[in-house]
Amino acid sequence: MGDVAFHTATTVDEALALLGDGSDARVVAGGSDLIVQARHGKSLPGTVIAIHRIDALRGLTAGDDLVVGALTSHATLCADAAVRSTWTAIADASALVGSHATRNVGTLGGNVMNASPAMETGGPLIVLGASVTLRSAAGDREVAIEELWTGPGKTSAKPGEICVAITVPAQPAHTGSAYVRLEYRRAMEIAIVGASACVTLDDDGNVTAAKVALTALAPTIIRSPAAEAAIIGTDGHDDALDAVAAGASADAKPISDLRANEDYRRAMAGVIAKRAVAVAAQRARGEEFPIPATPVFMKGSGR
Amino acid sequence: MKHAATLTVNGMAYPVELDGDTTLVRAIRDEIGLTGTKEGCDDCECGACMVMIDGRPVNSCTYLALQAVGSEVTTVEGLADGETLSSLQSAFLDQGGVQCGFCTPGMLVSAHALLRENANPTDEEVRLALGGNLCRCTGYAKIAGAVMQAAKASV
Repeated sequence: MGDVAFHTATTVDEALALLGDGSDARVVAGGSDLIVQARHGKSLPGTVIAIHRIDALRGLTAGDDLVVGALTSHATLCADAAVRSTWTAIADASALVGSHATRNVGTLGGNVMNASPAMETGGPLIVLGASVTLRSAAGDREVAIEELWTGPGKTSAKPGEICVAITVPAQPAHTGSAYVRLEYRRAMEIAIVGASACVTLDDDGNVTAAKVALTALAPTIIRSPAAEAAIIGTDGHDDALDAVAAGASADAKPISDLRANEDYRRAMAGVIAKRAVAVAAQRARGEEFPIPATPVFMKGSGR
Repeated sequence: MKHAATLTVNGMAYPVELDGDTTLVRAIRDEIGLTGTKEGCDDCECGACMVMIDGRPVNSCTYLALQAVGSEVTTVEGLADGETLSSLQSAFLDQGGVQCGFCTPGMLVSAHALLRENANPTDEEVRLALGGNLCRCTGYAKIAGAVMQAAKASV
């Protein structure tokens, strides 16, 4: 690390003024990504602007839509009753981030802007149709979450922009969502693969709408059109779930790395996507399922 | 570039001069001189550096020291009352939850934070709360047992 200027902003305007054109400055919220990256070769910029004292960006409002201030912690998200009941996949994901310590400092805005293809909350935000609000000196603009991520660690945000909020729309009746992660251990884990699903049923229990997203299976978190096509119009049970698995494995574009090789990731993409869709459908039917919805709670997973 | 600031640790105000990129664990150990907090992996994995910021556990190796200005930092030194150990610390000794001792400060801080929030945790809740703390000696059973003993003593 080197010679770094440090400022603490207490308003977004102050942070934007300090950020300028963003060429040699970055904002830090909890620090759980930025500081780790700084130790692994990505040096800190000349100026660090701490935004963790901007109280206006902390907390969430659950009306029809869910509006989450960028500084809202994972600890807050996974404990919130409205998030758990209506936007459940986000609660699943936030509950799995790091450890208690990580969830206390890690924020949804930081998670989203760090743009890791392995982040827990990304898939849930995609299947629930979220958007982010980016603010600059020029004003606010709204970006659909799927258009935010352009590659590993890369976003379509401009250097002088700050993420101020994440908005998740209201969900139709009989809708359930889930995020399931393949993990080697519970705490301080990064997804080997992950899958998110949001499923809407009609009064007869047939699937009228579904979105499926795959985590750590491509350069960004991606939708799986084949898995979605496999479940829509079905009753959401066995044969359809097997077709979801095949579709997700076909749509995955995995790499081999330290945590798993490509073939294993592709095989597990199907298994985990199937479980995510199954849990989302169960929740859509009004059945309780534990949060987080991890493999250890599932039939046939050894426990 | 040095920034003059005041850090509040275990209720004491410490004037410090810090670089913008100084982490909280380095400030606590090198500037303030409280060496109970350990630097293990220095990569937000092992939990040896665990402190509380405003009552919530945080990995101090991955938190900028200057971000803690205006907050109350509690280290393992803040858990005892002078020379008198807390019931949690005594339970670690009773149960044999300490071997080499390197993970112990972080374990104590995580467990202390858990018991503040949840005075009567289940064994599963204790293990989840210690999930960010690695121990290479004890196998965790005696540490979890110590936290359960402290919890039972307080109920």
